[in-house]
Amino acid sequence: MLNAYRLHHAFADQTAVLDNVSLSLEAGEWLGLSGHSGAGKSTLGQLLAGHLAPQAGTIEVDGEALPRSGLQPVQWLPQAPELSVNPRWRVKRILEEAWTPPAELREAFGIEPGWLNRYPGALSGGELQRVCVLRALAPGVRCLVADEISSMLDPLTQLALWQALREVVDERRLGVLVISHDAALLERLCPRQLTLSEGRLSPSVRHGAQSA
Amino acid sequence: MSRAQPRRDALWMGAAIAVLLVALLSSRWWLGDTPGQMHFDARLAAPSLDHWLGTDALGRDLWARTLAGLSLSIGVGSLAALIGTFIALGMALLAMLGPRFDALVALVIDTLLSVPHLILLLLIAFALGGGTQAVIIAVAVTHWPRLARLLRAELLQLRHAPYIAMSRALGKSQCFVMVYHYLPQVLPQCVVGALLLFPHAILHEAALTFLGVGLDPSQPAIGLLLADAMRYLSSGVWWLGLFPGLGLLLVVLSLERLASHWRHAL
Repeated sequence: MLNAYRLHHAFADQTAVLDNVSLSLEAGEWLGLSGHSGAGKSTLGQLLAGHLAPQAGTIEVDGEALPRSGLQPVQWLPQAPELSVNPRWRVKRILEEAWTPPAELREAFGIEPGWLNRYPGALSGGELQRVCVLRALAPGVRCLVADEISSMLDPLTQLALWQALREVVDERRLGVLVISHDAALLERLCPRQLTLSEGRLSPSVRHGAQSA
Repeated sequence: MSRAQPRRDALWMGAAIAVLLVALLSSRWWLGDTPGQMHFDARLAAPSLDHWLGTDALGRDLWARTLAGLSLSIGVGSLAALIGTFIALGMALLAMLGPRFDALVALVIDTLLSVPHLILLLLIAFALGGGTQAVIIAVAVTHWPRLARLLRAELLQLRHAPYIAMSRALGKSQCFVMVYHYLPQVLPQCVVGALLLFPHAILHEAALTFLGVGLDPSQPAIGLLLADAMRYLSSGVWWLGLFPGLGLLLVVLSLERLASHWRHAL
């Protein structure tokens, strides 16, 4: 479904952060990505979601290049949710920027009706992250790039978030690239894992149980 | 002090100044043709109970002429400030369309700011043949670059904000991003910018009229009243320059104070 071929990306000082990186993600697959800080995991995530343009290489979803405008089939969920929402908008407007999630889905993600009338500053990072995850699940989205989305959550909230996400992902057969430093989390969620180091991906198959 | 207090103060101040401006603007209706009426038996009369601010060389009442002049200046100034603000906002938003548009807007702003704007003002007003329209256009065209530079700087900070990229990735158009993300962010600066432009525009309208390329000489503009007063200053007729000058100063200072208050409140 999502295929990236020979991606190359370098910063302005010509330091290559990604060098000839290729990966594929199938519908319904959970793929883990780890690597030390500064390895280029978030850059890869942003490239796959179309937030950055690769300097070389191609990215395709279902055999087609990423669209130049309109809803992107790959949605990037960054670590800091407070930066990915307009601080002047109320939560309801943020949540419904691309689609109107049904009430039962809001409930599954633990989004309380009382939050909807608040501004983002009145929610905690974890609460806002749940809003951002649900916002990104608009119909037409095929893949998610979850970039350390649960690192600021307590274990119980983490569990609830991943469980709610797993239900939607399984139902819609979305592909999910989970970027994390948490080896235990990746082990639990992702049967296949990759490590990014010195600009290159190295695959490693883990056999963790799939129970979020 | 709570955040609401300066907002309440600014609102009250705005309301008081709005009442003053409406009173001045409406004066042309309740004054009727008084500003043009000549009293040849009371030429260059000093302030008295009959003529509160005195009369000019043709015996015209200075109180009526000052009010009519301020009304005219406020009308011209507000229109020029409004048009100038719209141009500034339009140019700042245009700069957000991409690096080429941004470079073009920056070039236009820098070019206009590099020319002393009084000279540009005179040239434009002269080229358009003077009159009310020419003054409005000249003041608007020469006064937008500073505000546009400020708005562009504000918007440039937003251009790389993750939530803008998110909005685009969620399928929102460039137009949506402009109207719902960029515009609300700079609206407070636009309001304050327009308020700051307003007194500046009034002063320049008066300057252009004083220099002879502004409003029609038959209209009782403040610039014309001051130009007239110049001829009589050495003969001790102090009221001709003092009262229209004080009126202009009062309006300009009130608007500047209001703009300053609003800048802090918003």
